[in-house]
Amino acid sequence: MNTPKFIGLDNYTRLFDGTDQYFYNSLAVTFKYVILRVPLGLIFSFIVAFLLNMEFIRGKSIFRTIFYLPVIVPAVASSMIWIWLFSPDLGLFNSFLEALNLPTLNWLYSEETVVPSIVLMSLWGMGSTIIIFLAGLQGVPRSLYEAAIVDGAGAMRKFLHITIPMMTPIIFFNLIMGSIGAFQVFTEALIMTQGGPNNASLFYNYYIYREAFLFGEMGHASAIAWILFMIILIVTAIFFRTSKSWVFYESEV
Amino acid sequence: MLRSRRISQITVYFFLLIGAAFCLLPLFWLIRSSLMTSIQIFEMPPKWIPAPFQFQNYVEALTSIDFFRFFRNTLTITISCLAGALISSSLGAYSYARLSWPGRNIFFSLLLASMMLPSAVTLIPTFIGWRLVDLINTYFPLIMPVWFGSAFDIFLLRQFYSSIPKDLDEAAYVDGAGPWTIFYRIIIPLSKPALIVIGLFSFMNSWNDFMGPLVYLNEESKFTMALGLQMFQSLHSAQWHLLMAASTFVIMPVIIVFFIGQRYFIEGITLTGMKG
Repeated sequence: MNTPKFIGLDNYTRLFDGTDQYFYNSLAVTFKYVILRVPLGLIFSFIVAFLLNMEFIRGKSIFRTIFYLPVIVPAVASSMIWIWLFSPDLGLFNSFLEALNLPTLNWLYSEETVVPSIVLMSLWGMGSTIIIFLAGLQGVPRSLYEAAIVDGAGAMRKFLHITIPMMTPIIFFNLIMGSIGAFQVFTEALIMTQGGPNNASLFYNYYIYREAFLFGEMGHASAIAWILFMIILIVTAIFFRTSKSWVFYESEV
Repeated sequence: MLRSRRISQITVYFFLLIGAAFCLLPLFWLIRSSLMTSIQIFEMPPKWIPAPFQFQNYVEALTSIDFFRFFRNTLTITISCLAGALISSSLGAYSYARLSWPGRNIFFSLLLASMMLPSAVTLIPTFIGWRLVDLINTYFPLIMPVWFGSAFDIFLLRQFYSSIPKDLDEAAYVDGAGPWTIFYRIIIPLSKPALIVIGLFSFMNSWNDFMGPLVYLNEESKFTMALGLQMFQSLHSAQWHLLMAASTFVIMPVIIVFFIGQRYFIEGITLTGMKG
């Protein structure tokens, strides 16, 4: 690495005018991941928490432990497990597909499926989100449901008109935290794909790491990192802006 | 009516069990593969239960590179971070919650603002800083920051301390106690659950940390388990049975700690909304 030299905004212009051919590619890949993972993660976690919260369910704490277990597995180790599950010739997933007479996939080794595969893997680690949703669901006052039953509301109407509105602050919280986390996906890219194939999983954080520590371009990488910060800031600001129209706070009634 | 309720209950259980299977299957597959011979693992269609159980894989994996050394290294870092997290964050939080000093609110806002910065942004300047003081390839960059307090822990503890009645402090002040005495006689004993939560998350974070050791450590003898596992992968890329045995070894300590501290974990996540 060389001694630093002041070059003004050069690092930024190099990104935006396309001299660095990976910048827009990395943005696209990362957005694709975030747009897939955040909604799928929220829906999946919400459904699990909702089912788990039903009154007749026995063994709630066992289920909760099972759903949380993957979260504590170190990212390096979970990446190892999932490369193995995704293995095109010998992996468990392709064996399932074969057993069901479906066409097998190349998972991490094809440009089309690499990002969805990593999204699938991320659903495995949704335990914290599930537990936060569950805690929220337990906090919805029963009196509301009872009043709705008196008024003759069915299960669907209770869900749409009580559960969902009462849960919007927690959905909002998980949306923000989930998006911030998703923008910073790193270990999976480093261990499983090294950004490949053909840069189809060049996630933004891995791109920063690669520029800084593999190519020694510290200044350039810092510029890339600042843009990530701006993006996260803007996305969070947009969510906060829209939240006024859909997030319902009891204290404001 | 009763019958349709039965059916819907069974449906709910069915979906929950599918979800649980999705969570457990990868872990089962890990352990199952770690106990197979290299021949058995390549059999198609795959077998669910290894026959015979090949415990030899663990011996082979753990002796091919010095995993026990990585274990000791990780333990050193984890314990140093744990001590730092508990001591510095609880002191800092006490100061923000109970003591009054000029500029306290400004510093507290700065502390909260520092949580907003993604680690990718601070990584490069921090790295350059540690290089200037020539401490790359030591444990200092991994341990020292925690000893200066983590913003999140301080915030969480401050909220917790604020819920402890001030009357207790005041009564102690009347009896002639100073702030230090109040800190370790009143505040610490009353905030044990919060401290346990912070301790557990600190343990998990440093045990599972990958980016930090990856960037700062470059000598094999100093590697952590996570780094060791990555190195192991590059040496034995197609030897799945060994790779899975090594991964199991890396995962086991956190699983054990998780089951011991389980209750606090769930409380902690609900309390903080934090990602594990």
